[in-house]
Amino acid sequence: MAETSVSHAHETHEHGSDDQLWEGGKEPLKASYGKLMMWYFLVSDAFTFAGFLIAYGTIRFSMPTWPEPDFVFASFPFVKAHWPLVFVTFMTFVLIFSSVTMVRAVHEGHRENKRGVVFWMFLTILGGATFLGSQAYEWTTLIKYENVTLNRNPFGRFIADGVLVDANGKEVVENGAPVTVKKDDSYLLHGHEHDGKIELEKKYVRYTSGAYAGQTHQVSEGPKAFGALFFFITGFHGFHVFSGVVFLALIMINSMSGLYAARRNGYEMVEKIGLYWHFVDLVWVFVFLVFYLL
Amino acid sequence: MAAHQSYEDQKKLVFYGLKLLGVITIVEVVFALFAKGHILPSVTFGKDGGFGQALYMLAMIGASLYKAYFIIFYFMHMAHEVRGLVLTVLMPMLLLVWAIIAFFQEGGRWGAAREQIKEKNEEVVQPAPAGKPTGYLLPGTMKG
Repeated sequence: MAETSVSHAHETHEHGSDDQLWEGGKEPLKASYGKLMMWYFLVSDAFTFAGFLIAYGTIRFSMPTWPEPDFVFASFPFVKAHWPLVFVTFMTFVLIFSSVTMVRAVHEGHRENKRGVVFWMFLTILGGATFLGSQAYEWTTLIKYENVTLNRNPFGRFIADGVLVDANGKEVVENGAPVTVKKDDSYLLHGHEHDGKIELEKKYVRYTSGAYAGQTHQVSEGPKAFGALFFFITGFHGFHVFSGVVFLALIMINSMSGLYAARRNGYEMVEKIGLYWHFVDLVWVFVFLVFYLL
Repeated sequence: MAAHQSYEDQKKLVFYGLKLLGVITIVEVVFALFAKGHILPSVTFGKDGGFGQALYMLAMIGASLYKAYFIIFYFMHMAHEVRGLVLTVLMPMLLLVWAIIAFFQEGGRWGAAREQIKEKNEEVVQPAPAGKPTGYLLPGTMKG
């Protein structure tokens, strides 16, 4: 390298000389090695998540019906009534708040303020843990009370107008009137335990419109892939949150011990975990979009 | 690096970000509930499968992309990185545009194929009319 250092003079103004080129003396793209690698890790992770979400969209597009999110996600702790989307909105706000506290931790790091870093990181960890707890509640409701599993999905929507009938084809009467259903109405088949296995209730519908008008069909499970897609994608995101909480805790302890203060680099490690943490929030923006809003 | 901003400016940006992301999220959720008939039962354009639903989906995707832009550029400080870094991170994402178009097209095709198979399986085939077979017969193929 020594022979080619003709332009030495104007390249040394910021990040060390050419002699250090192979010792990390020069930062490509004016970002440190660690930050740059974090960005590229996040690029690859973005493709993984995009692959999952596109798979969800593809399978959803191939199905004549799909469970309606504001019907499926309507439970709220300690509340019997249906509150569509309220709980996932709460989860979204938890992540937004923890992102904001993370930004504050990074700023305090730039000022070499140890107490500030630890305080804001602690709040960020609390946010992450709250999110994980909320997800545990959501999953418990779906698995334990609504019997959704990787290959069973009791949530569906009627494909045409019709009237509910019993197994013998006689109309079901409730409050003196037959029970009618409309196209696109949502239903949940309740399950009960039988010999240690969950069995879904049997319901029948006689369609009065569409291609099956006049025929009686058993009300079937909704699209099977729904459960697997939901648990894999939100689970993969939840696992990212979990790993984030673990790393945040490690870095908070290191900050407390004065390790990063001794490095005198503006708590760069906090900045790196910050990038990761914002990415987790970013992914949630899209998980929220495809699973709960569309 | 965020060295371009004063500490007070940074604090202001954080609260601006909190307000912005919070307001967009609340607007999204309220609009979703409105479009799907939870506020006025007669309004269902968000789930009727027509033009209204397409517009509804576009609005939701737009709002989410804006949230993503804000998080990347201001919370992750992408706005203060050099152009080369911004391009190496964001340009690969353009590949996803084609992935979305291609796979959604494919998904629609799977659905159509499944419908067609079902239709054909349920089709009642008319039996051929009885009587002498018509058409050209090769000599020697009909004996007796």
